[in-house]
Amino acid sequence: MARVVSVCLPFFATERMRLTSTDLPPETPLALTTRIGAQRLIAAVDAKALAHGLKPGMAATQAQLLLPGLTLRDYAPRADAHGLAKLAAWCLARYSPVVMPAPPDGLFLDVTGCTHLFAARTAGQSRNLDEGEDNLLADLAARLARRGLTARLALTGSVGAAHALARFAAPDCTRIAETQSLTRALAPLPVEALRLSPETTQALRRLGFERIGDLIGVKRAPITRRFGHDVFLRLDQALGLSREPLVPLIPPELVSTTLSFVEPVITAEGLAQAVERLCQDLAAALEARQHGARRLDLHVTRLDRSTSIVSVRMAKPNRAPEHMARLICEKLTGLDCGLGVEKVLLAAPFTRPLLPEQIASELCGRPKEPDLSTLVDRLANRLGAGRIYRTAPVESDWPERSVRRVAALAPKPKVETPRPENWVRAWPRPARLLADPMPVEVIALLPDYPPALFIWQGRRHRICRADGPERIFGEWWRASGEIALARDYFQVEDEAGQRFWLFREEAGGRPQRWYLHGFFA
Amino acid sequence: MVGAQHDKGWRAAVLKELRREVGALEAGARPDAPALAFEAEAIDAHLPEGGLRLGALHEIWGGSAAPIDRQDPDGTNKTGIENAGGNGGAEDIAAATLFLAGLLARLSGPVLWCLKARDLFTPSLAAAGLDPDRVIYAETWHERDVLAAMEEGLHHPGLAAVVGEVARLGLTASRRLQLAAESEGVTAFTLLRPHRQTGAEPTAAATRWRIRSAPSLPLMPSSSAANPVAGIGRGRWRVDLMRCRGADPASFITEACDGTGRLGVSALLRDGADAPHLDRSAA
Repeated sequence: MARVVSVCLPFFATERMRLTSTDLPPETPLALTTRIGAQRLIAAVDAKALAHGLKPGMAATQAQLLLPGLTLRDYAPRADAHGLAKLAAWCLARYSPVVMPAPPDGLFLDVTGCTHLFAARTAGQSRNLDEGEDNLLADLAARLARRGLTARLALTGSVGAAHALARFAAPDCTRIAETQSLTRALAPLPVEALRLSPETTQALRRLGFERIGDLIGVKRAPITRRFGHDVFLRLDQALGLSREPLVPLIPPELVSTTLSFVEPVITAEGLAQAVERLCQDLAAALEARQHGARRLDLHVTRLDRSTSIVSVRMAKPNRAPEHMARLICEKLTGLDCGLGVEKVLLAAPFTRPLLPEQIASELCGRPKEPDLSTLVDRLANRLGAGRIYRTAPVESDWPERSVRRVAALAPKPKVETPRPENWVRAWPRPARLLADPMPVEVIALLPDYPPALFIWQGRRHRICRADGPERIFGEWWRASGEIALARDYFQVEDEAGQRFWLFREEAGGRPQRWYLHGFFA
Repeated sequence: MVGAQHDKGWRAAVLKELRREVGALEAGARPDAPALAFEAEAIDAHLPEGGLRLGALHEIWGGSAAPIDRQDPDGTNKTGIENAGGNGGAEDIAAATLFLAGLLARLSGPVLWCLKARDLFTPSLAAAGLDPDRVIYAETWHERDVLAAMEEGLHHPGLAAVVGEVARLGLTASRRLQLAAESEGVTAFTLLRPHRQTGAEPTAAATRWRIRSAPSLPLMPSSSAANPVAGIGRGRWRVDLMRCRGADPASFITEACDGTGRLGVSALLRDGADAPHLDRSAA
């Protein structure tokens, strides 16, 4: 199922005017006027003017009477459309390969398959799609607010539902998870949310259809006869029953190249050849700008006008055509060519400056670090981003929490900065750590002594040597239950020389329990 | 006459050079292959290149601490891998992991570590001298992807070494890895966590090692009545060289790696008595 974000910018015209002109004080209300015949009418208002009862469609003179301090400017719809396209291009670089501006005040983003990139990455945790979606929405909302734009967002399974929820649902940020029902979310919204013409919605209201829920489950024939197919087409689109593809925006300033085929391409090999040629052209275009690509989107248009997008990311800006072609071609294997591919477009929506560099040689000082970005790209492309990583210490005594994943090519800490002491410390750490400590039966001579014998997986290990205890306390600032937690770790060696990491857990008033947590050798 | 003599001398020099090259090839090594010395005299003296050959594939097997040539109750003397008792569990691989970390610590440059299991605890590698910033991990969904990721890494000349944790390594896969390692001079290590059923397969690896833990030496004052359990000293390993081109199998007892990745030299013993017996049956 598709995942679509709708961005509604209710005060886009006035806020854009404020951002582009320097002589507008932020505290005075603003309205934009347009001329229809001899009349000057209000075309757009900002939040302050709206709060004073000003509405689009009002006569400008009436508005000035209602609100004496009102600033009036000329409405500039073409500049607004241009600004919206610029905003869409920014979303294209940051969030999704498919962004469609919906003038005058909205954007659609198809974020299917993009949200996992926003999920937090911690060691040992699987990717959480819901978390990724929440983070994406929060990131988008925060960045729009920082630009001075009021925005209402919705993320759902269809374009129509996203549009309806962004404009007509109560909270500023709505998300309907993939598992939740769209019908239940849409039913209480008014019929205006269905993107129908004003005449149709008024007529529907006259007939008593006020909410979307009223239209669900009614006999379709009489309404279709009266209003045409539009009503139920829009309803089905909103409910995700009927497909509604977005037309991706290709901004003119985007670095892109395209190839159209006289004879449609059907095989993956043919497509791969086309990709190689596109990559060479793109590399030339990037070189002219002295930029390198961080992301590449290949838009593949089939004969039936349906489009598939293959997207690859790179850890560092790169414009080597062989490298780009190889990354894309590895992802082409699963692509369905359908009846044949008519056109391919390769775009680099996210680029960064890349200047020529001195090749490392012994003449110019010490050799620099080897460049691993191509290797990291290839592995990340194959295994998934987030599966290529380095580890870094976390200030935590709790062994499970002392490791964090960082990006494979994240800058390395300076040599001068001291390493967090909990990785290289007096107490050794095991080479292999069990994800969940396993309970073991232990016999100790005295309660505070290290164990003399333990039984694990039915095998008895008689302990000859032991070190400990190393006491680790629960981190009370994380959760209230941890204040009473404590673990006493012992490193023990059995008769055969195998070394284990055992701990005795004290949790409040409960009896002590022993666990096996790791292996040294 | 003079010309003929000169010709003879030239021919002798060529023949001598060819003999040297053939001799080196017979020993299973390229004549100019660089090697990483263990800095442990007995091991280095035993290996044909005086150390671990770089730019080649090496197998490192984990193994349980069970004595290898123990008589089983039913009278059969199972030796070698079949008797390892290893089930690919974490306890079998811990010593081999640290052994490998010590080797990697003494190489310079980044290391790619391909793995599927999630039990590697990376702070321990730092304790063996392997800087965590040098290691890039590639985590795969399936074990079969580990070998593919390794091969990808071996084609990248910027790396010092590539490590892969696998349950088995077949002949074809090992040949591919060996060729890839030779082509760019990147050293490959497979860390094998064998299942109980899998035995040792023939592979194209240059060496095959097995690392098991051995009882450590008692610390100086031994256990007293006040504290019945003695403290822990430096761990000891039984390092079996099970297969090596150009050298006989052998067993060594070493101390575990120190903070710079060096094996303990002081307590190094070579018990050559049972080593050949052990490995002839395994190989």
